[in-house]
Amino acid sequence: MSVFMILRIALKALGRNKMRTALTMLGMIIGVAAVITMVALGTGAQTSIEAQIQSAGTNMIIVSAGNFNMGGVRQGQGNASTLIPEDAQAIAQLPGVQYTASQSNMRGQIVAGNQNWNTQVQGTDVDLPLIRSWPLKEGAFFTPQDVTTASKVAVLGAVVRDQLFDPMTNPVGQVIRISHQPFTVVGVMGSKGQSGMGQDQDDVVFVPYTTVLKKLRGITNIQQVQVSAASAGETTKVADNIAQVLRVRHKIQPGDPDDFMVRTMEEMANVRKEATQTMTALLASIAGVSLLVGGIGIMNIMLVSVTERTREIGLRMAIGARGRDVLLQFLVEAVVLSLFGGGIGIALGFGVAQGVTLWQGWPTAVSSNAVLVAFGFAAMTGVFFGFYPARKAAALDPIDALRFE
Amino acid sequence: MSAVISVKNLVKTYVVGEVEVKALRGVNLEVQRGEFLAVAGPSGSGKSTFMHIVGCLDRPTSGQYFLDGQDVSRMSKDALAAVRNKKIGFVFQGFNLLSRTSALDNVELPLLYGGGGMKTAQRHKRAMEVLNAVGLVDRADHHPNQLSGGQQQRVAIARALINNPSILLADEPTGNLDTKTSIEVMGIFQRLNRERGITVVLITHEMDIAEYGTRMVTFRDGLVVADKGITRRRIAQDELAALPEPAEAV
Repeated sequence: MSVFMILRIALKALGRNKMRTALTMLGMIIGVAAVITMVALGTGAQTSIEAQIQSAGTNMIIVSAGNFNMGGVRQGQGNASTLIPEDAQAIAQLPGVQYTASQSNMRGQIVAGNQNWNTQVQGTDVDLPLIRSWPLKEGAFFTPQDVTTASKVAVLGAVVRDQLFDPMTNPVGQVIRISHQPFTVVGVMGSKGQSGMGQDQDDVVFVPYTTVLKKLRGITNIQQVQVSAASAGETTKVADNIAQVLRVRHKIQPGDPDDFMVRTMEEMANVRKEATQTMTALLASIAGVSLLVGGIGIMNIMLVSVTERTREIGLRMAIGARGRDVLLQFLVEAVVLSLFGGGIGIALGFGVAQGVTLWQGWPTAVSSNAVLVAFGFAAMTGVFFGFYPARKAAALDPIDALRFE
Repeated sequence: MSAVISVKNLVKTYVVGEVEVKALRGVNLEVQRGEFLAVAGPSGSGKSTFMHIVGCLDRPTSGQYFLDGQDVSRMSKDALAAVRNKKIGFVFQGFNLLSRTSALDNVELPLLYGGGGMKTAQRHKRAMEVLNAVGLVDRADHHPNQLSGGQQQRVAIARALINNPSILLADEPTGNLDTKTSIEVMGIFQRLNRERGITVVLITHEMDIAEYGTRMVTFRDGLVVADKGITRRRIAQDELAALPEPAEAV
């Protein structure tokens, strides 16, 4: 019998019980749609992370004080007091380093007129806008002069600006208070949005790091040095050089652990990517379970169908159908069910992914890989779960099958 | 005349649990081309088992069965399926038509399994020919549930005829039909037997139905106990003509 003929017979058989066919397919449709949607969400998240990392600058290196495991005491990064501004100056001398910026952060209550806002105060250096490729919207960033003299000047992030000043006012030149001390606003940053870590990068106030150290916190150590390598390809090499220089400067004996951490943006991006990939895999496997359930649904219906059509099978055998003809007929029915279900599921998954993007604003990307895999898996499910019922049908004895009531 | 069916010392033993059941204990029988053989006997006599073996649905435990001179008693399952497709036309008590499928498609069904890859138009033509032979051309598009019992059985007969079989094997074909329809169906068998020379093997436990044949064998306890020509054969055509009221169409 030709493939076309078998297909026609299968379609006819499925058409005889439309409601059941539709419900059986539904299991498959939901399974495939779930896989497609979940993978689309995961891929979308990954793509947006990559875009954010790109915007943050792939050639960025962050040197933090302290290590996760130092001298038996486990501390969070940036909490140790081992990094000083001179370290940043030493790093700046290294080949391949383009910009450096010492960082000393704190949280603070900012007051402007009758408005106030709690935000992160980042003490940093003049090159920060260049390291982060972050343009200013109004005014200018503070100057080297401001850093040297620990001036009380501030540059506002877009969110802070909106919180403290109404849109019509030009904040440049206005005075705000950070921890009760007056600061003059010299500039406003452009909006940058969420960081690769999920923080709102615009909820920030930049001041010279020297000001934070001397005027606000009264300490001498910094938390971080942000470094930008001259080229993205050199970041790992530059990071190694930084580590060597710091070990010498901090007089760390060979074999002792670092009292600092050097991480490249690439590393951090990879960590994030891996987390997203794990998440995607998790979601996809949960969706895969529903695909499995759909497959079992097909098997269930095919088993019922074989029992119900025992007399038909007997008759087909009596008029000359061989075991393999019967096997093929039921197998093709199962595969047709799962493929149709899979096809509709893919379309539905596409739709749901689009809907999520539209209504939730989450980025989604339906990859052709996911479509192929889901479709292939649907076909495999059909064959796998259709085979047992089909074999059962083919193994029937025509005499018993004909007598079956 | 050559024998269409020739069975020699046919034995069939079933094992039911621990017990051996001897359904056939050595049956010898020859059926000539063009005969209309009625196989009678009470239930448990072995006539059903005989029919299954003659219909190539089952294989004998021992003994030989020649169909058209070919020994089919030791064939593989697939080979038997091919024999059933080409040489045997089955007519069952319960019609066994596919529901929600037109009469035409039902009749064509054996052509799908014969191999050879016949064109759709060719299949339709063949199916219409045999539907014509049973007088149902105008019902070709009807589904079984739109047909009366007699019409359904005629579709089944048409299906049995489509591959020009050597024998027409009818298992209680009138069991589900009323008297008048039964006579009509038997009339079709008689006509096919007479006009086309098709060998008919009719399994029945009703003596009056058996009398439409030309010869009757009686089974009892797995053996043929009687084998005789039918002296006062019933002719369906005459009986129908004599019926008082042909009011209702079949």
